[in-house]
Amino acid sequence: MAKTKNQKIADFLINNGVIIVMIILVIYTGLTSKNFFTPNNFLNLFANMSYRLVIALGIAGCVITGGCDLSAGRMIGFAACVAGTLLQKIDYSGKFYPGMAPLNPFLVLLIVMLINACFGAVTGSFIAYLHVPPFISTLAMMEIIYGIGLIYTGATPLGGYITSYTAFSSGKFLGVSWLIWIALLVAAITWFIFNMTRHGKYMYAIGGNVQAAEVAGVPVQKTMVIIYAKAAAFYALAGFMLGAKAGGASINTGLGYEMEAIAACALGGVSVTGGRGKVSSAFIGVAVLELLKVALQFLGVDANAQYIAIGIVIFVAISLDIRKYVAKK
Amino acid sequence: MAEYKLELKGVCKSFPGVKALDGVNLSVRPGTVHALMGENGAGKSTLMKCLFGIYKMDEGKIFLDGQETTIKDPDDAMEKGIAMVHQELQPVLARSVAENMYLGRFPTHNYGPLKVIDHKKMNEETSRWLSELGLDYDPKALLSTLSIGQMQMVEIAKAVSHEAKVIIFDEPTSSLSDKEVDFLFKVMNDLRDKGVSMIYISHKMDEIKRISDDITIMRDGTYVGTWRASELTTDEIIAKMVGRELTNIYPEHNHEIGEVVMECENITSIHEKSFRGVSFNLRKGEILGFGGLVGAQRTELMEGIFGIRHLAAGTVKIHGKEVTIKKPADAMAAGIGMITEDRRGSGIVGCLSIKDNVGISVYNKFLKSGFVLDHPSINKVVNDSIDKLSIKTPSMNEQIQNLSGGNQQKVIVARWLANDPDILVMDEPTRGIDVGAKHEIYEIMEDLAKEGKAIIMISSEMPELLGMADRICVMCDGKLTGEISAKEDMTQEKVMSYATMF
Repeated sequence: MAKTKNQKIADFLINNGVIIVMIILVIYTGLTSKNFFTPNNFLNLFANMSYRLVIALGIAGCVITGGCDLSAGRMIGFAACVAGTLLQKIDYSGKFYPGMAPLNPFLVLLIVMLINACFGAVTGSFIAYLHVPPFISTLAMMEIIYGIGLIYTGATPLGGYITSYTAFSSGKFLGVSWLIWIALLVAAITWFIFNMTRHGKYMYAIGGNVQAAEVAGVPVQKTMVIIYAKAAAFYALAGFMLGAKAGGASINTGLGYEMEAIAACALGGVSVTGGRGKVSSAFIGVAVLELLKVALQFLGVDANAQYIAIGIVIFVAISLDIRKYVAKK
Repeated sequence: MAEYKLELKGVCKSFPGVKALDGVNLSVRPGTVHALMGENGAGKSTLMKCLFGIYKMDEGKIFLDGQETTIKDPDDAMEKGIAMVHQELQPVLARSVAENMYLGRFPTHNYGPLKVIDHKKMNEETSRWLSELGLDYDPKALLSTLSIGQMQMVEIAKAVSHEAKVIIFDEPTSSLSDKEVDFLFKVMNDLRDKGVSMIYISHKMDEIKRISDDITIMRDGTYVGTWRASELTTDEIIAKMVGRELTNIYPEHNHEIGEVVMECENITSIHEKSFRGVSFNLRKGEILGFGGLVGAQRTELMEGIFGIRHLAAGTVKIHGKEVTIKKPADAMAAGIGMITEDRRGSGIVGCLSIKDNVGISVYNKFLKSGFVLDHPSINKVVNDSIDKLSIKTPSMNEQIQNLSGGNQQKVIVARWLANDPDILVMDEPTRGIDVGAKHEIYEIMEDLAKEGKAIIMISSEMPELLGMADRICVMCDGKLTGEISAKEDMTQEKVMSYATMF
């Protein structure tokens, strides 16, 4: 059925409603506050987006298969703490391992990613082989990883990092923080996995129709385990980045980021019922949330009221997004 | 008193593209059991759904006690004294027997606007109705602790508790044991003595002869006639159910049948009531039809062989070598493909493109340096299939859910062609697709057989079964009851008689 021009415009506005509103908000903020459109402000914004994007890309895999990952926040905190304990200056007074020479930051990154991936694989195994719903599986892992983190750190905050670690945040390449480069690299790798490997295609098929995927010979269980392990490794990277940025970490680092990441995915168009979602969706979602926060801050909106604004945006955006798929049937 | 308790006259009902009912009549005498018979898809369930207000009939009249009436919805039907015991039970397993009986009409104590459920009354009433049927279940027992047969009884008690004067039984015995069937018939006899009219849908000839007073037969949505049960023999009933002309939309058979490629022996489900002890073999270039009534466990059998369901026993040999199949991927490795019956449920991945729907089963065969997808080669395979099977679509990137049923089915066929199995199981390959597309699917099957593929086709459509198969295995109630090899023996009557050998 041919659509009239007006219908097409209406469709376009509805399908891209959130982005359009965001652009209007950004332009309005830029026009009314003079320090908004400055390179510094945007570099700062991108740095804040960097680790959030890494988390969202990890969680996107889980959401595309129709799941979620509540353990993300605690995994971030755990990885940040483990990395912190291995990267303190040798002469730092409150050192966690007194007398131990700090390790190479890259080695530490590898270690925390591997540890987290193991925990993620455990979560994934419960989901894939024992059919524990993702919501519950990841909830259980959230508790476990928090407990392990508390025992490991004794609940003491960490600091006194070596400069080669904090340089991940302060160091720049072509005038842009390494954190941003890392996020871009992770986005590129994720795009590759989603589009150019079997694993990515299997992930979409499982999310779209798990029975059909199984009948078509897709190794559903193995794929699920890999997705949750990979996501956990991404959280480790995000925790590592957060530690470098803050110059310290505590067990509560990353708390609540899992919800923000799920919200970002949903906002950007990763279908929470599974089967749909791209790297660009995660990017758009994270960008919308961060831009919203910054713009509201510039407009002088009460910081506490910003939460209300974010909630409203999620309500509206998801209602519009769901509408797209319902209307198609 | 009117001659008939309930009369349906000239009922017509169309669904998009199909006329499901065309001038059907049904006249039920008071205090009788009236059997409603017909093949799969004859329109029995549709007719009952029209009577019960689940569907709205396009044309036709309903008379209750000689008075014309209309039925808006199931609530309205129950108010007018019509109840239905559904084929697929929909109990709330986690709640008690009493709560299931009184769901939606809980007795309450009323304190002004506040209504509090009167559990005592509900349990007592439930006990009373159950004992009326000679049942002694605890009203407080959770429904999940009952057997399927007992749940069926609760369902019947519920119908009786509505003080229904007409009760519809839609294949109530399909999941009952012999003892439970005996009990059900005793209950039905009691109800008959109390003057209740019952409409009874079943495929089981011996049961029909045992319980029914009158028989109405339907065929392809039309009314064949009504007889006293004593007037008809089983053979006559079958002849009236199937008596139709075969139209020739099937391609000529030009394929050569070769050596045995698959031998299945004693294939048995882990479930007692499902398929058991089924043995058959399959030859190269052969189309082996599997006939039977709905519920004969043909789909379950094939899904068992393909690794979707669990087997308690049985061996599968491919080219003389025994294979172990625990999951579909194992079956594919052994050279078996399967197009499932439920295209939406386990066939297509609706939100993905045609390309991905074809690709998911073969992506591991199209890799560069071991892990990077070779998109150009995949595109070529998919585009070739689109041409070969004439799939109508703007491009291979179109979402499969935007295609018609026939084109979706062709995409699933393309998936398996890309995978190149020796053996292809096609479960109801033309269900829900239009005649033109059906014909194309038949041609594809003929071409595949010519190429030497062995095909197993499950079909509930008699003409399709007779028109396409080189040999027919017929199942009934989980067992293989007959095999028809000679072309001249392939008649509707023969298939039907094997299919009803309970």
